[in-house]
Amino acid sequence: MKKLLYTFGLFVGLVSSTAFAAGGGALPYQADIDQTDKASLQRGAKLFMNYCLGCHQMQYQRYERTFNDLGIPLNVGLDNLIFTKDTKVGSHIKNAMPAKDAAKWFGAAPPDLTLEARLRGPDWIYSYLKSFYVDPSRPFGVNNTVFKDVGMPHVLQELQGIPHKEEHFEEQLIDGQLQRVSLGEKIVVDGSGELSVDEYDRAALDITNFMVYVGEPMILERESLGWKALLYCLIFFVLAVLLKKEFWKDVK
Amino acid sequence: MSNAPVDNSRRRFLTAATTVVGGAGAVAVAVPFIASWNPSARAKSAGAPVEVDITKLEPGQLIRVEWRGKPVWVVYRTPEMLEQLGQIEDKLLDPKSSEEKQQPSYAKNNFRSSRDEILVAVGICTHLGCSPTYFSEGYEEIVEGVNSGFFCPCHGSKFDLAGRVFSGVPAGLNLQIPPYYYIDDTTILIGEDEKGAA
Amino acid sequence: MFKNIIDWIDARIPMTRVYNMHMAQYPAPKNMNFWYVFGFLATIVLVNQILTGVWLTMSYVPSADGAFASVEYIMRDVEYGWVIRYMHSTGASAFFVVVYLHMFRGMMYGSYQKPRELLWLFGMFIYLALMAEAFMGYLLPWGQMSYWGAQVIISLFGAIPFVGEDLALWIRGDYVVSGATLNRFFALHVIALPLVIVILVFLHIVALHEVGSNNPDGVDVKRKKGTVAEEDKTKFEFHEYYTSKKDILDDVVPFFPHMVLKDLMAFGVFIFLFCYVMFFNPDFYGKFIEHPNFETANPLKTPEHVFPVWYFTPFYAILKAVPHKLMGVIAMFGAIILLALLPWIDRGKVRSVRYRCGLHKLNLWIFAISFVVLGYFGGTPATPTSEILAPLFTILYFAFFAALWIYSKNENTKPLPDRITK
Repeated sequence: MKKLLYTFGLFVGLVSSTAFAAGGGALPYQADIDQTDKASLQRGAKLFMNYCLGCHQMQYQRYERTFNDLGIPLNVGLDNLIFTKDTKVGSHIKNAMPAKDAAKWFGAAPPDLTLEARLRGPDWIYSYLKSFYVDPSRPFGVNNTVFKDVGMPHVLQELQGIPHKEEHFEEQLIDGQLQRVSLGEKIVVDGSGELSVDEYDRAALDITNFMVYVGEPMILERESLGWKALLYCLIFFVLAVLLKKEFWKDVK
Repeated sequence: MSNAPVDNSRRRFLTAATTVVGGAGAVAVAVPFIASWNPSARAKSAGAPVEVDITKLEPGQLIRVEWRGKPVWVVYRTPEMLEQLGQIEDKLLDPKSSEEKQQPSYAKNNFRSSRDEILVAVGICTHLGCSPTYFSEGYEEIVEGVNSGFFCPCHGSKFDLAGRVFSGVPAGLNLQIPPYYYIDDTTILIGEDEKGAA
Repeated sequence: MFKNIIDWIDARIPMTRVYNMHMAQYPAPKNMNFWYVFGFLATIVLVNQILTGVWLTMSYVPSADGAFASVEYIMRDVEYGWVIRYMHSTGASAFFVVVYLHMFRGMMYGSYQKPRELLWLFGMFIYLALMAEAFMGYLLPWGQMSYWGAQVIISLFGAIPFVGEDLALWIRGDYVVSGATLNRFFALHVIALPLVIVILVFLHIVALHEVGSNNPDGVDVKRKKGTVAEEDKTKFEFHEYYTSKKDILDDVVPFFPHMVLKDLMAFGVFIFLFCYVMFFNPDFYGKFIEHPNFETANPLKTPEHVFPVWYFTPFYAILKAVPHKLMGVIAMFGAIILLALLPWIDRGKVRSVRYRCGLHKLNLWIFAISFVVLGYFGGTPATPTSEILAPLFTILYFAFFAALWIYSKNENTKPLPDRITK
């Protein structure tokens, strides 16, 4: 029995270690999200509907499901979070932008974001939202350190203010001499935004949280069901062991 | 094999316990499979309550709307039609609408409607599911002494203008009245009443 | 009453006889250890895949336009659709986990040796059918990895001289992977291959029960009629189909209930792990459901890295390690064919690794490690290290078979015990 567990453990260990090793490049920020934080999800939903949905749809997710899961009364959601005409509460989260025109305006149609959090991970989205900077060489005047040569404007600029990329240096004593050492690049904001730096981080985190929710709206249900399933497996296993021992008593 | 006596009661108990726990697990696993046959969110969204504007509905006229894929009739009954409904009760199978599930409580009255002149009914024959034809007049040829009503072309079931079934026809139940309520004076919401969705 | 019904059925089909022959009165060596549970677990997973698969087809739309959206429809709109989908996706990987452990068990204890060659071959055919089944199933969600994985693997057929390009075109039914490919893969995935697998599994079990189960010692538990003293014979009652041909030693237990209970214990552990993955980590760090597959298939844009799912990566690494395209394809298929030929490559008479020479133990370990390391390299982008190590481990993989063929002829084995050990 021990051997069995050991082998399973070894196998899972092997597979997961190779899986971890396969991770991509480092991201500047980590998204400390909480799927049980309904207030954060609601703020995220509001920000998404106001700033993102104009171009990016969530075409596999329904408003009604979202409102119900996030604790938003349907009539409140219908009046405050649905901006397209003649949209029922049971409809998918879509915008009115024709895909063909969008492709013309942006070079490529803005991707659907239903599964973006599952595609790239929450850390990526959070970092991306915080990594726009002014770059006059780009068509929309901005670039992004996480998504090089990004093809969209910085739509949250009115919230964040105008971000600049600056390289930071520090005087350090190396081999008895003072030297300028780069501390890497940082995004610095000019303060013209509606939100403070902390508030903007909070907003970016809320959007991330919301997108993680939409990526897998059953995530909380899945885990709560999971605990019950694991508990059941444990009980079943104990019974199976006892029963096996009982029947094998007479075999020696 | 050892000679140790077999503890049969323990063996029986453990066998029973494992069987019960295993069976419970099998039932639990069956739940998603069975539940997945329920109407999906898409079906529910498509079957959401329907708003009907009755501003242009004229006396004697019937309009059809689709709710959950079924035809729902909205009929504006004239005073004469209403008057006749009170006089034909002896020809009907269930004139008092005693079958509870055929209508919500607010439609369990003489006219089977919450507002006397407006009938809202699911236009599906309670016999085998055809949609009956509306006769605003000339119904005498079908039921003697009755001016208007519904006639099902499939098997000849007959209903009056309150959706009540006549005696001696294949259908055994009055037409279904869906849940509905008046959002305002001229708008009906079908599929939901003040208590919530159907 | 109950007995009457049974009698009625038994007079018409051999229900009780088959049950006794293959369950209650089938002799199983009592020293079978945990390595022997994976066959049972594979059967369980097969049932899981068929059931969940049938239910998924109820909502899945097999078309290039509808496939991706219908998977999300199952995940979001169908009540508990996500449970069924995750059972199926986790089950696919679980299938290969248990099948690989099952195969390694066979290699360790020489279960492929005479008289179990055909049993082993049926197993290898199941494995081949399973790979085809998994490959075609992975296209169905119509995500980026589905699409480009299929594109790459089908293109391999293009390496075959003269007919290759035409063959690849014929498989796709189009100039690239398209809706036509999706539809034919769907048909094969849900009908043809499952049928083939079920038939092969049936034959696999028939072959097993005809020759009897091997065990970790690799010594026979059934002996020539009349050679076993009465007190050494088993005290359990076994079907006369087995007792009439051979004397059965007191080294066996009935498959039911004894072996089944052992399997049930393992099943408890297995579903615990299965539920953990399914409910807490369904994409398993992007290994069971690869992250690029959350983006719908786009024939104009290749993902940064295209890898097959983890269970194909050892063979994919072999393909990449060989610098010549055709030779790579040959090596890849050769790696599987050599496994199927094990009963003839291994010329030894001793089955279990317990009583074979030290070189064999080492060889087997190296083989297992090579398989895992190749699996790692097949699923990660090439690095300078991998470019040296992947060919090395490819050579080690093949060296296993070459070495085995050489040393097994006059192997210095340990003395076999007369009976199984505890």
